[in-house]
Parts: sequence; structure tokens; C-alpha cells
Amino acid sequence: MIEIVIADRCTACNACVTVCPTNVFDTGADGRPVIARQADCQTCFMCELYCKADALYVAPDCDRPAPVDAAAILAANLLGQFRRDSGWDEWQGLYPNEHWLMDGVFRRAREASSSAD
Amino acid sequence: MTVPQHGPSTPAPWGTTQVSSNPADIVVKADVLIVGGGMAGAWAAATAARTGASVVLADKGYCGTSGVTATAGPGHWWVPPDPPEARPEAIRARANAGLGLCDPDWMARVIALTWEALPTLAGYYEFPRDASNIVQYRGLRGPEYMRALRRLIADLGVSILDQSPVLELLQRPDGSIGGACGVRRQHGNALYRVESGATVLATGGTSFMSHLLGSRTNTGDGYLMAAEAGAELSGMEFTAAYTVAPQHSTMTRSMSYAFATYYDTDGHEIAPAGPDQIRLLARELLRGPVFCSLHRMPQDIRDHLPTISPNLMLPFARWNIDPFNDRFEVTLHNDGTIRGTGGVRVVGDDCATSVPGLFVAGDVATRELVAGATSGGGAQNSAWALSSGHWAARGAVDFARSRDRRSMPLTPVGQAGLRPLGTARTSDVGAIVQAVKDEMHPLDRNLFRSGEKLRRSQQRLDSAWKEIRHFSGAAAANPLPAREAAALVASARWSLAAALARDESRGLHQREDRPGTSAGFDRRIVVSGLDSIRTGFEDEVHPSTRMELAE
Repeated sequence: MIEIVIADRCTACNACVTVCPTNVFDTGADGRPVIARQADCQTCFMCELYCKADALYVAPDCDRPAPVDAAAILAANLLGQFRRDSGWDEWQGLYPNEHWLMDGVFRRAREASSSAD
Repeated sequence: MTVPQHGPSTPAPWGTTQVSSNPADIVVKADVLIVGGGMAGAWAAATAARTGASVVLADKGYCGTSGVTATAGPGHWWVPPDPPEARPEAIRARANAGLGLCDPDWMARVIALTWEALPTLAGYYEFPRDASNIVQYRGLRGPEYMRALRRLIADLGVSILDQSPVLELLQRPDGSIGGACGVRRQHGNALYRVESGATVLATGGTSFMSHLLGSRTNTGDGYLMAAEAGAELSGMEFTAAYTVAPQHSTMTRSMSYAFATYYDTDGHEIAPAGPDQIRLLARELLRGPVFCSLHRMPQDIRDHLPTISPNLMLPFARWNIDPFNDRFEVTLHNDGTIRGTGGVRVVGDDCATSVPGLFVAGDVATRELVAGATSGGGAQNSAWALSSGHWAARGAVDFARSRDRRSMPLTPVGQAGLRPLGTARTSDVGAIVQAVKDEMHPLDRNLFRSGEKLRRSQQRLDSAWKEIRHFSGAAAANPLPAREAAALVASARWSLAAALARDESRGLHQREDRPGTSAGFDRRIVVSGLDSIRTGFEDEVHPSTRMELAE
């Protein structure tokens, strides 16, 4: 579930408020997004993809809160991985969309398991 | 497109719910209303807009991130027209897998349209080329696919209402559907109403609130709304598709598990790859924890994983798990009707339902036509979403133009969760949703079925239905949770009724008390009704044509 909006990074663009499919965020009194309904988070990571400031952290835990420490997240370099590997925004061209290779992955898995039989 | 106006005609209030006097309340008029902004809804919106029709698309969340396409990587059923035997062979193979419930004509239409239509997204989606410079169309990355479709429909002039869950349909005196009502949840739940010539439901299937990636908004709303208007459902017994995910995670991306090795608590290898792998894993999970390792994945594939599926590695990276060397615990999430096949019954080539003016596209429609009794997950379902989106849109445009019904009055027809029946009660909506999960998720209830277990589940969910049927939304500032709960209970009850009616085992539906298929059940099972549920064979109980319109 979404655990933290890193205040130092957030630019108050509120894209996360707009795009969250389960309406987890509200725009707070100071104009910045706040996590208003964490329990509604579906752990889909889509907010991170649309956060150009890499200010959001979604913990992989979907069925239990997993509170995190902003400093530790920053130190572990865990922010922005999804957007970077997706080649969005400034990463365009640097991380190519290789989704089309997936068919080949499945094919090789089938070949591997049939040769093991 | 009619500009949203402050409505002179105040929408009718539902039940005892206090309807907002907010000036933001709006009435929108359009030729076609699309309910749901996932892949099927967006393709439908594009198709309708290209005919010159005015189109409104309303999504519970955000068109672009909502639904199970946006979080996944849909491959389409992609069969070239050459050599000429390729398509008939693909259809034969899939029809065999579908165990007698597919329709080869529909399969041929889906393959043909998908092949033609998917490349039209070029310019919005950057289709890659392989080493031989051949454009690769078949598989798309979900977030980019939905972003492309959103840009396309915006360019085509579709009015997109994000964060605007539709709550109920509007019906005319002749029984036809003339739009829908919903709330704008980022505007104080202000009521809005779309008056449309015809309506396409593209609300998705339901995972019954499992942790299947991206499925939280898919609560079966379209099934309930269609049934309230008088439509039937088909194939609702095929709701027992399960997908592996790391324990406590939503990451149901199946690709990595293609190379999985599974272990029991003693470290013994279990569940080799094969058609029964999920059932073998489920047996083990009923005994105790199951662990997984991806050490068999070749290094070159590992290197490309992040740029093939960028979300796949996120849980491992964040939990500091090395899935190629460590053994991590896994679970199974129910895919319900999303990778299963049940949904609203389709009665015409234009994806019409038996309710005039109401069309269905994507997972809200039954996918038995292309997937039969087995999962259409992956190729068939994506191709179906695209194709049915096109057909439903054309059907809706034709219906909207066939006769001017604009002067007819509109009656909102939502019931459970909106308008209490009889004595109003204040129920615990969360407990009602939990009751659905308790019957539809456990492997020993929903995957390994028996008549006795199904009947017990029915009793419990009949009680839940009574609760939500009498639920008063009077105090609810937000009517959505109760309405979602009603849709979940209704969908689960249809699934249980269909599973009992299918007194055999077939495909995704496996009854331990009725092993094996039985020739007399080579037919689709249709369910209908809300308080009392009726089941029957499609070819016996229901006429195959749509209801005649009263003049």
C-alpha cells in the first residue's frame, strides 16, 4: 500500500490525486497530496509511474500496513524505479519498452520444462 | 457533444439518500454513454466517436490507470491471415480447449478485427520492431496501452468523466436504457446524470475483492446494473481461476512463474509445470506454506525482466529478496470473472444484451464465446475486449440513431445498496464484503467445489444479500461502498447458483462430487434475477433474440 509522500520531493502537482484509480489521495490544505484513504490502496504502483518527482513510495504489502522511514527509502534508492524502468519522461529511450519479448520468455520456459520431462 | 450544464431537471433522488443540492450536480447529454474506462471501454469510446457520435465515458477511477489492463501486459489473440489455414487451426485448438462452449464464428470475428484494429493505435503507442525490423503488435505494456487509448479518445472528442463511479442505469418506459447516474467522488460526491441514446457497459469483471493486481475497482457493478435492468448472465460458474503471487503482494504477473520451482515447507519440490499446476499448488497451500524460486530463469532473461515488465521486480527489490537465489513464500489470488469467463449474456453480433439500448464490452460480458469453459486470460480476453468494444459501440450508435427517444422520461432502476427494500437497516458494509470474500476466495470452497459446500455458501450469501437489500444509505455521504457491496454479493450469488446448476465438472469449474464432464452439459448456463435467482440452459430457457420494444 502507499506509505509515504516524500515532502522534500513533492512538487504539489497532484498528479497522484488525479490518477489514483482508487482515490486514495486528497489535496491537503497546503496544496500537497495527502494519503487520505490508505485502506483503499490496491498496491498497483500506478501513482509512482505518474509521479515525475519520484516522491511516492508504495510498499509491496497489500494486506498489511508497512510503515517506512523516508530517510531509509531515500538511502536505499528505492524511489522512481518503476518510472525509470518503464522509460517514461526523461528516461525515454534509455530504458526501451521490451514487453514484446514476453512471448519468447514463455516459449523458452515451455521448452525448458518439456526438455526436463 | 453537449457541454455539461447545471441541470434544470434535478436528478431523482434514490431511496432516502440525501441528494446533494450542490450546484456542481450536472446533467450531460450524449449519443452514447460508455461506463468504464479500461481497455474495452476506451476502444468502445474511440469507435463510437469515429462515427461522429457524441460520447461520454465515465470511469470509477481514472481512465488510464483503472482496471486490470493498466497494471498488466495484455497480449492479444494474434493470428495472421496467412497461411490461410492458420486461423481455422487456431480456432479449432481453442474451441477444443473451451470444452464445447465456444462459438467458432465469434472467434473468427475476434481474430479478424483484432488484427485490423490494433495497428490503428500506432501514433499513440510506440510498437517496437524486432531484430528483423518487423513491427510487434501482439503484446502491449498495460500503462502505455491505456495512456495511448486515453490520448486517442481525448483527441476524438470523447468527454471523459474520471473519478465518477456510475451507480445505476436509467430506464425508459419502453424498457430501453437511456443513460445512468453516478457521483463525482472528487467533487463532494455530487450527483451527475448522463442521458444517452444508448449505453455500453464496460465495467470489467470482478475478482471478488481479491488482491489480483489492478482489480480493486472491479466489483461487478456492471453485472448488477445490467441485471436490474433485466439482463441475464452466462458462464458465471467459471469463476475459479487463480494466479500465483508472492505472499502479501499483488504481483500476479505470470511471466516470472513460467520458470518457477515450487517447494513445500520441508523443501521438497512440488507442482511441476503443467496444466494442473495451479490445482497442485492449491492442494499444497491447503496443507501449509508454499515457497518458490526462480533460479531456473536464464541469465539473459533476468537481465531484460525490468524492461519487459517494469512492475514485476518491484516487490522483490523492496523486500530485498533475490528471487533467483532465495526461496520466497507464494499465495494464490482469485481472478474471479477476470481471468474466468462469466458475464452478461450477449444476444447479438453487436454485443447487445437482452435489454434494448444496453450493450456490453470486455470482461463485463461473458467470454464463453471465445474462451468457453477455460480461462480467456491473456490472448482471448484482450482480443475480446478490443473487439467487443468495437461492436458494442457500433451497436450503441445504431440504436441511438434508430429512433428519437429523447422525450421519454427516465427512471433510475438501482436497488440493492441504494434504495432499501422494506424495513431499512444500517448494516456493516465491510462485513458484507468480507462475507463475499469468505465464500469466493478460499481454495477449499471455490476451487475445489462440491454441491454441499456451494449450498452452504449460498445460504450465507443469501443472508448477506438480505442485509444489503435492506441497507439504508440514509447516513452515507458516500453511496459507493454499499453499492459495490451489493454488486459483489449479487455476483457471488450468481456464481454459486450457476456452479450448482452445472452438475458436472468442466474447465475452470471443478466439482469434487461430480468429477468429469457430462455430455448433457455441453451448453451454456444462464442465470438471472436478484432476490430469487433463476438458472437454465441458454438454449431452453431464454429466447435468443433481444426483447421487442414496445411501441
